[in-house]
Amino acid sequence: MIARLRIAAAIALGVTAVAIGGAFAQSSTVDEIAKYREALQDGNPAELWEARGEEMWTTPRGPKRVSFATCDLGLGPGVVKGAYAALPRYFADAKSVMDLETRLVWCMVNQQGISEGDATKIKFGDGSARRSDLEALAAYVTSQSRGVEMKVPVNEPHVRDMYRLGEQMFFYRGGTHDFSCATCHGEDGKRIRLQDLPNLTKTEGAQKAYTTWPAYRVSQGELRTFQWRLNDCFRQQRFPDLVFGSEASIALTTYLAGRANGAPYNGPAIKR
Amino acid sequence: MDTTRRHALKTGGGVTLLTLLAAAGWLKPGEAAAEDWNKAAFETKSMDETMKALGGGAPATSADIIFFSTPDIAENGAVVPIGITSKIANTQSIAILVEKNPNMLAAVFDIPAGTDTSLSTRIKMGQTSNVYALVKADGKYHVASKEIKVTLGGCGG
Amino acid sequence: MADPMKIRANVVGDSTEVKVLMNHEMETGQRKDAQGKTIPAWFIQNVKVTHNEKVVLNAQWGPAVAKNPFLSFKFKGGAKGDKVKITWTDNRNDTRTDEATIA
Repeated sequence: MIARLRIAAAIALGVTAVAIGGAFAQSSTVDEIAKYREALQDGNPAELWEARGEEMWTTPRGPKRVSFATCDLGLGPGVVKGAYAALPRYFADAKSVMDLETRLVWCMVNQQGISEGDATKIKFGDGSARRSDLEALAAYVTSQSRGVEMKVPVNEPHVRDMYRLGEQMFFYRGGTHDFSCATCHGEDGKRIRLQDLPNLTKTEGAQKAYTTWPAYRVSQGELRTFQWRLNDCFRQQRFPDLVFGSEASIALTTYLAGRANGAPYNGPAIKR
Repeated sequence: MDTTRRHALKTGGGVTLLTLLAAAGWLKPGEAAAEDWNKAAFETKSMDETMKALGGGAPATSADIIFFSTPDIAENGAVVPIGITSKIANTQSIAILVEKNPNMLAAVFDIPAGTDTSLSTRIKMGQTSNVYALVKADGKYHVASKEIKVTLGGCGG
Repeated sequence: MADPMKIRANVVGDSTEVKVLMNHEMETGQRKDAQGKTIPAWFIQNVKVTHNEKVVLNAQWGPAVAKNPFLSFKFKGGAKGDKVKITWTDNRNDTRTDEATIA
């Protein structure tokens, strides 16, 4: 009887030891991945996109031969510094709430005379043969908000409506797998394989996530924006394609950007 | 007639003296023929083959070759940061080899006098593998290795 | 004409630290496109760095160097205002040279 108890105790201790060992192994994996991410920070290829975008910003283009110097991103015509940290916002001339890309397209169409089809021909670049002007411009504009505190005007009535719509969308379950954004991003400690997923329902998680897009995505070998990130999330949830610049994309962006208010913007970043 | 010149004449156009010198081993830093590329060395599948293409013998393991800012796990094999410092006197060059890549040799850096024998770059790894830092100093080869786990291979897209 | 590199050269103690980002696909020749055709290898083979015409680094690369390559190293000497020049040549005989002023 006592011998059996001793054996049971020994087994219990053994099991606990293995469990603790497992936890250690997991935390060291997380540490190592953190080291990988840190080692990537030195020398971000996003700078190559920033340089291209900067040149594009000041070069006259389109049938009307106009540069982006007249493009108002919310802080005045041609003002880039800090503009991204205050987007999305309502633009009276367009009568809608716009994120960075939709605003850039608006300027290209309405000021430079470029057709919407041409302006959005390559939304997401693929190698040096298929480059996206929008991604380069986004890299440049967002780089000019580095360190600036996020200040999406969530109290402005139009923006507030978009925010609320985005919030509803975040928790809305649908698609073939009955997923919502919250399915992956609504709890602590979730991961897909080795990717830990930020909890976007918590301020800290939301701030860290939003302020690091756009980012040079190592696995893509490209600079990707928040429009891309949402589009890819929809793909991963087996949702229908999220249309580029659609009201749906802007609503979600407004919600997630607004949740990041108060935190310094940190992009363009570099991610796996 | 000196043999090198005879050889150059025999092999005809396109093969210059400098090409032959390059193929025999490392290029000397500062020479104008920086455009030469040791094709054979970049197509080897094993340490033995690589050493043969580089014109050296088996390297001795050295504790004076250190990896820095080199993580144990790469989230994506497409971009793996590698930092190498050689504390070996008279280091002439540092090469990076990845054991399980389709071809082992990733890069070779010729380091002239006056340049630090320490550098960092980024390589691609197809899968979890040993990575070798191969140092040539005083004509002799030394090596250190580190295993890097890759969670997503970086060669095939 | 290939895209420009981003070069940073800074005085650090009695040395100059050089960090460079290059614009290059560094295609391995292992990938296949959507039609199943192999995408041909296209990568930087040689890199040369000079400071005031003196070679401070010479490299031979294979396709296993990552896309949009990054390189960081230091050399002794170099003063504010000096020029650091970097040239790369790839397997298509394309080449690019950029210069930076040491800060």
